[in-house]
Amino acid sequence: MAEMPKTEPASGGFDTYIDAASAFLGLPLDPAWVAAVGANLTVLHAAAGLVAEFPLPDEAEPAPVFTA
Amino acid sequence: MSDPSTMHAADIAASVRDGATSARDVVEAVLARIARVDASVNAFTDVLPERALRKAETVDAARARGEALGPLAGVPFAVKNLIDIEGLPTRAGAKINRDLPPATRDGALVRRLEAAGAILVGGLNMGEYAYDFTGENVHDGPTRNPHDLGRMSGGSSGGSGGAIGAGLVPLALGSDTNGSIRVPSAFCGCFGLKPTYGRLTRAGSFPFVGSLDHLGPMARSVTDLALSYDAMQGPDPDDPAATTREPDLIIPGIDDGIGDLRIAVAGGYFARGGDPEAFAAVAAIASALGCEQRVEIPQAARARAAAYLITAAEGAALHLDRLRTRAADFDPAVRDRLIAGSMIPAPFVERAQRFRRWYRAAMLDLFREVDIILAPSTPCRAPKSGQTTFVLDGVTLPVRANIGVFTQPISFIGLPVVAVPMRLDEGLPLGVQIIAAPWRENLALRVARHLEKTGIVSAPHAIL
Repeated sequence: MAEMPKTEPASGGFDTYIDAASAFLGLPLDPAWVAAVGANLTVLHAAAGLVAEFPLPDEAEPAPVFTA
Repeated sequence: MSDPSTMHAADIAASVRDGATSARDVVEAVLARIARVDASVNAFTDVLPERALRKAETVDAARARGEALGPLAGVPFAVKNLIDIEGLPTRAGAKINRDLPPATRDGALVRRLEAAGAILVGGLNMGEYAYDFTGENVHDGPTRNPHDLGRMSGGSSGGSGGAIGAGLVPLALGSDTNGSIRVPSAFCGCFGLKPTYGRLTRAGSFPFVGSLDHLGPMARSVTDLALSYDAMQGPDPDDPAATTREPDLIIPGIDDGIGDLRIAVAGGYFARGGDPEAFAAVAAIASALGCEQRVEIPQAARARAAAYLITAAEGAALHLDRLRTRAADFDPAVRDRLIAGSMIPAPFVERAQRFRRWYRAAMLDLFREVDIILAPSTPCRAPKSGQTTFVLDGVTLPVRANIGVFTQPISFIGLPVVAVPMRLDEGLPLGVQIIAAPWRENLALRVARHLEKTGIVSAPHAIL
C-alpha cells in the first residue's frame, strides 16, 4: 500500500499556488516562510492523495461527532 | 509516613481522610519539591501557592467539622496550560495568548477535580497551541525528561509528563489530539488515559482540532488515573461534543482482572517503522497477558494521513486571524504548518472526514473479534532535546512529524487508550497503548491495573 512520505521533500512545486492562496485568504506571507510552507504543503498534498485513492461509497457521509 | 510530595493520589487522599496528614502539609511538601526540582525539569509555567494553600485550608476545615471528604481529598494536581485557571490568561503554550484577558472561571475538569477534594497547584508547560510531539516550546523553554534531562519529555503535554515523571505532583491533566497524552506518558514513564472522544468535557480549555481534541489524566498509578477519571466524568452542555451518557465508574470494577477479555497485538503498520525496543515492549506486555493473537488494523497509514490533514486544516481555521495579524509571534515551526494547513482545499478535508467514517466502521468490526488491542505508543525512546531527525528501521526521518506515527491512527476515531509505561532494562521507559472499543475505558483500565498489580508495569518517579 502507498504510504505518506515520511520525509519532507524539497519545496518549489507549489510556490505559485502559495502566492495565489495567500492572496485569496488575505494571509500575507514573509517570503522567507514560503519554502517551509511549501515543504509542509507537499506533505499535506501527498497525504490527501493517499486518502483520495481509497474508494469510498457516496453514502459514506462524515460524522464529525460519533455518538454510538 | 512517606514524603507526601511523591505519594500516589489514592494514598494521599486516604492519609488526609484518616487524619494521618493534613492537606496543608501535603501542599507545602509539594510546593517545596516543585521549588527545589522544577528548575531542572521546567514542567511548570505557573505555580499557585496562595490558591493551593487556601484550598488546603478548606479541606482541612471540612475534616475538622467532621464532614465526609471527597475521593481526592488533599490531592495536589496541575494542568496543561491550555486549561483555564481563573485569574490567568490561558496561554496554550503561546506568546500570543498571554495578551488574553485572565480566565474568569476554572475549566470544567478543574472544577470537577476540586469538587472531589483535589487541589490545583499550577499550570504546566506545553508545545505551542498543542501542535507538537516534542515538549519543546520556544517561548517557555523545553520541558526536560525527568529520567534524562538531556532528552525530550514528549509533547504536547510535556509539562504534564515532566511533572508526573519527576514526582512533582501525583496527578496532571493533559490534552491529546494526535497523541499528546500518550507520547509524553511513554517518554516520561507514566500512565496516561486518553478517554473516548466526548467522554470528558473540554469546556474551559483552549482548543486545537475540534474533531480530535480530548482531555485526560496522567499519573503514576492506574488507580490514580481511575480515581480522577471517575471524578471528571459526566455530561456538560458547555462542550458540544460531550457525551450525554451516564458516567461509567471505574473504581468499583478495576480489580476484576482480565480473565474474560480477548486481547490481541496490532500487526502490520504497528509492527514496523520503529526501534526494536518499541515492539519488544509490546511483546513483553502481550506475553504477560498470555496474548498470542494478532490483528491487522485496516488502512492505518491512510488513517494517519487523514488525521494529519484534518489537524492541519482545523488548526489553521482556528488560528487564521492570528496568522494574519501576529504571524511573527508564533513558533516558526507551528506557524509554517498552520499556514500550509490554511491552504488545503476543502474537498481534501471533507474526503478525510468521510474516510474517517469508513475507518471507524472497520474498527468497530474488528472490536467484534477482540476487546483489547496492544500497540506501541511511540516508535522509539525519548530523543535528545533539540534533535531534529532520527533513524527508524534504517531510514532517517524528521522527529517532529514521526513521533506520533502509532498514536494518530487511534485518536483519529476517538478510541479510548490507556498508555502504560514499560521498562525493558535500565534505559529510558517506553510506552504501550492498551486500546479498547468506544466507551470501554473500563476494559483498558482493567488490563492496565492487572499489569500494574502483577508488577509488569510501574511508574516510579525520577530521583531528582
